[in-house]
Amino acid sequence: MDFLIFKAPILMVQASLDGILLGILFALIAYGMALQWGVMNIINIAQGDLVILGGYIAYTMYLAGIHPAWGVIVSPIIMFFVGWALYKLVINKVVDRDLFISILATFGIAIIFQQLMNFIFGADVVVAQSEYGTTMLFDNSVTLPNSKIFSAVVSILYAVALVIYMKKSRLGRAIRATAQNARAAKILGVDTEKVYAATFGINAALCGIAGALIAITLTLHPYVGLPYTVRSFMIVIVAGLGNLPAVAISGMGLGLFEEFADYILGTEFRIGAVFMLLVFILVYRRFKLSKKREYLK
Amino acid sequence: MMNKLTKLFITFISAITLMLSSMSSSFAKVDGEYIVLGAAISLTGKYSSNGVHTQNGYNLAVDRINKMGGVEVQGKKYKFEIIYYDDESNPKRAAQLAERLINQDGVKYMLGPYSSGLTKAIAPVTEKYKIPMVEANGASRSLFTKGYKYLFAVLSPANQYLEVAIDLAVEKNGGKPVRIAQAFEQDAFSQDVRLGILDAAKRTGSEIIIDDKLPKELNDMAATLAKVKATKPDVLVVSGHTKGALTAIRQIAEMKVDVPMLAMTHCDAAKLSKQHGKKSEYALCASQWHKNLSYKDKFFGTGKKYDKDFKKEFGYAPPYQSAESSAALLVFKDAFERANSFDGDKVRDALKTTEMQTFYGNIKFGPGGQNTAKPMILFQVRCKGDTCENKVVAPTKWASDKFYHPIPKWSERS
Repeated sequence: MDFLIFKAPILMVQASLDGILLGILFALIAYGMALQWGVMNIINIAQGDLVILGGYIAYTMYLAGIHPAWGVIVSPIIMFFVGWALYKLVINKVVDRDLFISILATFGIAIIFQQLMNFIFGADVVVAQSEYGTTMLFDNSVTLPNSKIFSAVVSILYAVALVIYMKKSRLGRAIRATAQNARAAKILGVDTEKVYAATFGINAALCGIAGALIAITLTLHPYVGLPYTVRSFMIVIVAGLGNLPAVAISGMGLGLFEEFADYILGTEFRIGAVFMLLVFILVYRRFKLSKKREYLK
Repeated sequence: MMNKLTKLFITFISAITLMLSSMSSSFAKVDGEYIVLGAAISLTGKYSSNGVHTQNGYNLAVDRINKMGGVEVQGKKYKFEIIYYDDESNPKRAAQLAERLINQDGVKYMLGPYSSGLTKAIAPVTEKYKIPMVEANGASRSLFTKGYKYLFAVLSPANQYLEVAIDLAVEKNGGKPVRIAQAFEQDAFSQDVRLGILDAAKRTGSEIIIDDKLPKELNDMAATLAKVKATKPDVLVVSGHTKGALTAIRQIAEMKVDVPMLAMTHCDAAKLSKQHGKKSEYALCASQWHKNLSYKDKFFGTGKKYDKDFKKEFGYAPPYQSAESSAALLVFKDAFERANSFDGDKVRDALKTTEMQTFYGNIKFGPGGQNTAKPMILFQVRCKGDTCENKVVAPTKWASDKFYHPIPKWSERS
């Protein structure tokens, strides 16, 4: 196999489109992570598991005979409250300690979520059928599943809506104010406690949307959350906090990088290449985690 | 605060329990009228659905054998009893539990766990203590090349899973070599299936044009399938447990990948025909067992009878993981009776010379402990309207339907 992709250039088109469509979905998850990280300085290891839980909500609807695509509306609503509850029950008790404790806490949440999903939904791999069909380009040599196009469009719509909400709404402005300077925001009358809970809820809702999209494009299993956490972590590291266009571009870049690594290095190095890239970026980007906690009780 | 009396009482109770437990362990291999077997099974964690299938298979066989007179050793009738522990789908935990079963519960005979990985974790322990283990769910070839003397597997090893499919492809190609595209997950089992394909390709002079190894974390095969589309092989082989089977069918259908033949593993574990319906039609699947095979024994009768009894007891159709687990008990019973003794080494020697037919298939152990008497079967998913079924198509001896080849192009499929 000496570089099939160069012999058949049409594969590059296929790879690019696959990568971009997948990348947009990752970017949505990463945006939630960036938001939460930026506002309350929490790296959420359970991010991927929230995604999978969102997927199972859509899958449950599918089993009940409702089209799983409605999951992109129902799942975020339920997940918002799951996120809110998680904040009230766990996160606000550990958030003012050091970063390590909050990572441990979310790691614990991840394990509990995995086991609960395994207990409730079983250990079988499941898929929900959207029956959206396929779009064919260039005389059937490039195929795009409509479910992937749908998921990219939905991701973009939600992301745009969120950006507008953050700019215009009262809560959005409160969140941004808190992210910039929690103490000042509090003095000026922002209920920071509510802001933190809402941020956690919004992040969980974004995960819920992504999960519903994964249910119709990929597969669900209680234990496959971690790869989504790792990918969104990478995207955030590259893009920085609180910068949505950068998150979107780095998400698509990662998707492209993965697809091309698959063709050029071989499928077995696909994930390995992603981790190599992570090391490279961590070394050269000199990403600084703020040492001082800015959380205010 | 506990008063002195309570403390004394607790000490007393624990002393008694300790005494009892050490006493019972010395009898535990054969406890009164019971022959006690030990098993670590994945009742929670990622293998829990197949773990439960395994346990149900064991339990059905224990019930049946006990009801039909039990095991006769030296003129006395004994019944089977199994001590189960939950290994949480974790190899380290499985090895610990094997130690515990042997050292604390005094178990002298073991049944296997679910999956090759967990069997691999337990086998060194049972070897160390010279405990015979009959396992039904570890197919990895590497289990049978380590020179284990106390390990016996009723199922066919992993490298045999899809070899037959390549032979079939060559046959359909008029005896000429074929071009193979393959994608295997990077785990012990799938890589063994891959070795089988490499052997078959060498034997038939076939060429492997795509040889992708899928990382475990990956649930997107779009790149592999795009390569398949571009190179147009004669046969596409995919093995990556249930996730691999479901992902492959989903994306083959979405990307409209046309291949004349698609061979896979884990179709029935993935409930392929139920989850994907007509999209999964024509997929060729390797299976250890199918209810329509003509084997039989006096405990379960035929495969069809087993299927019926299992459904009645547990409310779902038995996957092959259950059938082979039931067969493991039949093997143990046979070995105890031929050894006519409870001595571990005598039982082991009897196991080694096993030659019998069960509803699950013929069983005879090769030098490495693998079952050499039973071929793998292939079934093909065929649909009528919206209901899809698995039809046995190879080997020809048991084929209920003709193998449909080549798969119609997506543009011609409704």
